[in-house]
Amino acid sequence: MKITLNNRPETFESTSMTMGELMRIKNFTYKKIIVKVNNKIVEPHEYDSTILNENDIVVVLHLLAGG
Amino acid sequence: MNFKEIKEKLKTKTVGIAGCGGLGSNCAVALARVGIGKLVIADFDKIEESNLNRQYYFWDQIGKVKSDTLKENIKRINKDIEVTNHNVFIEESNFEELFKECDLVIEAFDRSESKEMIVRAMSKFFPDKMLIMGIGMSGWGQNDSIKETRYDNLIICGDQASEISDELPPLAPRVGMVANMQANVALEILLK
Repeated sequence: MKITLNNRPETFESTSMTMGELMRIKNFTYKKIIVKVNNKIVEPHEYDSTILNENDIVVVLHLLAGG
Repeated sequence: MNFKEIKEKLKTKTVGIAGCGGLGSNCAVALARVGIGKLVIADFDKIEESNLNRQYYFWDQIGKVKSDTLKENIKRINKDIEVTNHNVFIEESNFEELFKECDLVIEAFDRSESKEMIVRAMSKFFPDKMLIMGIGMSGWGQNDSIKETRYDNLIICGDQASEISDELPPLAPRVGMVANMQANVALEILLK
């Protein structure tokens, strides 16, 4: 399946995956993260129940301190 | 568009700036200089000596309330700008009321928790408005690492990599670069 992750195209062999699986595959383990799928916020407790579909637009933002 | 036309168009626009620290104070000043119609600024904090390495305040303003003082400094630059300032800790419960009249909102917090809050609050209260965030601006050098990234109605300015620490403090040049990038993106949107 193909998705867009942080504006980059990504292709995976599996035909479906959850947001939780994507987080583990990509090793996104930052302290403060916001996840959006198709511009909707996905909460951490929803990662494993959120199925990603072909052409989904996923944003994983690392909210670094500073300003 | 000449500067007169730019000012004419900006006169009707309102920008919200959440936080009056390194990002917020410098971004507000840039928007004031080009003649934005109205700024809504908010911060709970007071000016400390340690802020003067990057924030748009002066030595004799140490101890004063940031949002009041930023309004004063903006007025000294451009007396025609309308400024509404709020001396409050910005959180989800007051966010909608504070920024409802704004055409777009600039995120200018330092803490990660507040940056998280504003993404949630914008998505909840103003899903159609643009949020311009500053993420990653600590340290010095590496001009090339600072960039703009667009995700739908969320725009990020910064390197998205450097996090503040004792060894990587936020300093005027890079914080100012990101703050001015945020102002620049705001202009691009407002002048469309």
